[in-house]
Amino acid sequence: MDKIFYILSVATIICACMVIISKHPIRSILFLVATFFLISAHYILLNAQFLALVNIVVYAGAIMVLFLFVVMFLNLNKEVEAHKGVFSWFAAIVSGGSFFLIVIKALEQSKLLINDSPNHSIGLVENLGHVLYKEYLLPMEISSVLFFIAMIGVVLLNRKEKIVKEN
Amino acid sequence: MENSTPEIFSAIPLTYYILLSTALFVVGLIGVMTRKNIIIVFMCIEMMLNAANLMLTSTSAYYGNSGGQIMVFFTMAVAAAEVAVGLAIIVMVYKNLKTTHIDIFNKLKG
Repeated sequence: MDKIFYILSVATIICACMVIISKHPIRSILFLVATFFLISAHYILLNAQFLALVNIVVYAGAIMVLFLFVVMFLNLNKEVEAHKGVFSWFAAIVSGGSFFLIVIKALEQSKLLINDSPNHSIGLVENLGHVLYKEYLLPMEISSVLFFIAMIGVVLLNRKEKIVKEN
Repeated sequence: MENSTPEIFSAIPLTYYILLSTALFVVGLIGVMTRKNIIIVFMCIEMMLNAANLMLTSTSAYYGNSGGQIMVFFTMAVAAAEVAVGLAIIVMVYKNLKTTHIDIFNKLKG
C-alpha cells in the first residue's frame, strides 16, 4: 500500500511539473488530464469512490475537453509562447518554496488528532448521496441555479460580440 | 466491498497527504507566476483548486466526516461554471485582439 501511494505521488508531481514546463499548450493540457486521473487514483486509494468518478467525469471529461477545444479553436498550435524572464522563475520558485517550508514547519509543530475508528465507507456513492440529499439539499439546488446563471453568462458574452459586429 | 477497511489509513499518515497537496498547490502557483499564456495560467488555477480538493478529501476520509467530501463536490460544480465563463471571456478577447498574451488582459479594466 505504501508503494502505491509513493508511486502515485511522484507521478502526480512530475505530471504537474510537466504542465508548467512544456511549451506546447496541447501537451500541457494532456499532462493536466494525466494529473487529474492520478488525483482520481488517490481518491480511490482513500476509498472516496464517488469523488473519483465525479473527478474523472467533470474534470477530465468536461473541463479539459473544453480547454482542448478552445486551444484548437484559437489555433495556438504554431505560436511559440515567450516565457517570462529568469527573474520571474526565480521569484516564483522562491515564493512557492517558502510557502512549502512554512507548511512543513507548521506541520512539525502541530498535533493532528486522528480519529481511531473512523467510518471508512463515507466516500461510497450511496452514503454520500444520502448525506447530499438529506443535509445539503438547499446548496445542491442553489448550485443548479449557479449553472443556469453561468450558461446565461456564456450565451450573453458571445451574443454581445455579434451585435457589435452588426452595428 | 463496503466492509473492507483500506490499509492506507494505517500505512500512510495524514501528513503525507497534506504535503502532497501542498506540493501540487506550489507547482500551480509557480505556473501562475511564470507563464504568459492566459490559458495555461487558467489551467494552473484549476490545478491549485484540485490540490485543495485533494487536501479536503484526505482529511475527510481520515477523520470519517463526510462534510469535506460534500465540500469538494460543490467546489467541482463551481469550478465547472467558472471554467465555462472564463473560457468564453478568453475566446471573446481573442476574437477582438487576436492574442492570448496575459499582459493584454489588463485592458479588461475598461
